[in-house]
Amino acid sequence: MTAYDTLIPINIVTGFLGSGKTTLLARLLKSPALRDTAVLVNEFGEVGLDHHLIEHAEESVLLMDSGCLCCAIRGDLQGALKSLFSQRERGEIPAFRRVAIETSGLADPTPIAYTILAEPVLQHHFRLGNVVTVVDAVNGAAQLERHPESVKQAAIADRLVLTKTAMADDAGAAVRAAVRKINAAAPVLDLDAEPLDPDALLTGDLYSADGKRREIAGWLDGFAGAAGEDGDGHDHSHGVGSFCLWFDGPMDWTAFGLWMSMLLNHHGERVLRVKGMLNVAGVADPVLINGVQHIVHPPTHMTGWPDGDHRSRIVFIVQGMDRAEIEGSLAAFNRMAAHPPAILGPAGAGRAAPADRRPPHPFHSNAGLRFSR
Amino acid sequence: MCSLCGVLGGRGHWTESSSSPEAFASRQEEVTRRRERQERIRLANRVLGHYGLKLTDFGGGAYVLSTRTGRSKIVDNITEVWIAAEDLTGRGCDPLDPSLLAGLPAR
Repeated sequence: MTAYDTLIPINIVTGFLGSGKTTLLARLLKSPALRDTAVLVNEFGEVGLDHHLIEHAEESVLLMDSGCLCCAIRGDLQGALKSLFSQRERGEIPAFRRVAIETSGLADPTPIAYTILAEPVLQHHFRLGNVVTVVDAVNGAAQLERHPESVKQAAIADRLVLTKTAMADDAGAAVRAAVRKINAAAPVLDLDAEPLDPDALLTGDLYSADGKRREIAGWLDGFAGAAGEDGDGHDHSHGVGSFCLWFDGPMDWTAFGLWMSMLLNHHGERVLRVKGMLNVAGVADPVLINGVQHIVHPPTHMTGWPDGDHRSRIVFIVQGMDRAEIEGSLAAFNRMAAHPPAILGPAGAGRAAPADRRPPHPFHSNAGLRFSR
Repeated sequence: MCSLCGVLGGRGHWTESSSSPEAFASRQEEVTRRRERQERIRLANRVLGHYGLKLTDFGGGAYVLSTRTGRSKIVDNITEVWIAAEDLTGRGCDPLDPSLLAGLPAR
């Protein structure tokens, strides 16, 4: 079995029509850090990509027997990636170390993610890197309101990039607020106002040796940012919103796996993203989970907790789902597990719970996890 | 690849800690793959009982999911258990269903 962090990362660059995906990619590819990147594009737009490794993929989708659209193998992509890898192995093209896929403006990026993570051959050579979603500050708010595709693109993003903020009346404040409401867990970069950092956008992710610590810091910001959200959609979001669950006491990994797999099987089309840092019973370091709809990356860990707050926390980006129902269901599953919470910390997302220094509660019952907001 | 059936092996299901040893390297007590499977089966049966189903181990590498009338399916991992459960019962297996949650026993 190949170690996950040694696989070739694939970044998805998505965004609505005219949002500036190709312009962003063209700028990124000038960076020496991305010199060994192969690029797959779904459509050739007006902006040309001057890069030595470009392949073109026609869009075709192979639906799985039991799958919804997000669990579809993109036949074109599968073929293109296998062909790229085969040429690389034969030495016919340079040995690229990264792939960037630019989707068409109307594409749902989820089948691309599913293809990379679940296709039996590809999963041994490639892994999913950051999903970067480009949002146009002039037209973005209207696109989010009218086109559910653009909401989904924003919802599953690991990075949100705002373009054309210098041309927008409010310098992009409205569209920034709209995308934060949909996806409170992803950092937002203003391309007109901030320097373009390839590490921050593409190369630094949870599975890269260099970028892991910074990525986790971004996750912690995301947990805090989503703490005040309730998951309810608003005018622009077609019912998509984010929220963060915090809970005290160690979590039973087996019960959590049962619960999450059952939730994603039944509601995966509506659970657009899940990012979590879990305090797993019997495991000293936090375990990190990362999912896109029905697909979950292999869990990973960080070395040591970032501070004295050892509470588990999970960000959900969902469409039309109730936060309280999800909380209650997870608590019920954990109650039947082998590891009732040994320690109950104080409630309140803003307060640290130094769980490692507190003695066990003398009367703690098997009442399950206690959630705090 | 399995030499008998020609199926390419996957990475292992994300719920199995043995498939991500790095993530669980700081475990304070050794948990064998077999023990984790037994615990998964025990907990899954508490849920599956609500649907009249029973899960058993099949050679340490797969599971058999059966109805009370003896219909059964062999599955590889816990995600496939839920898909097979919905196929065998003809109903959705929803972890948010209040009637399921009300019947889940606490340990």
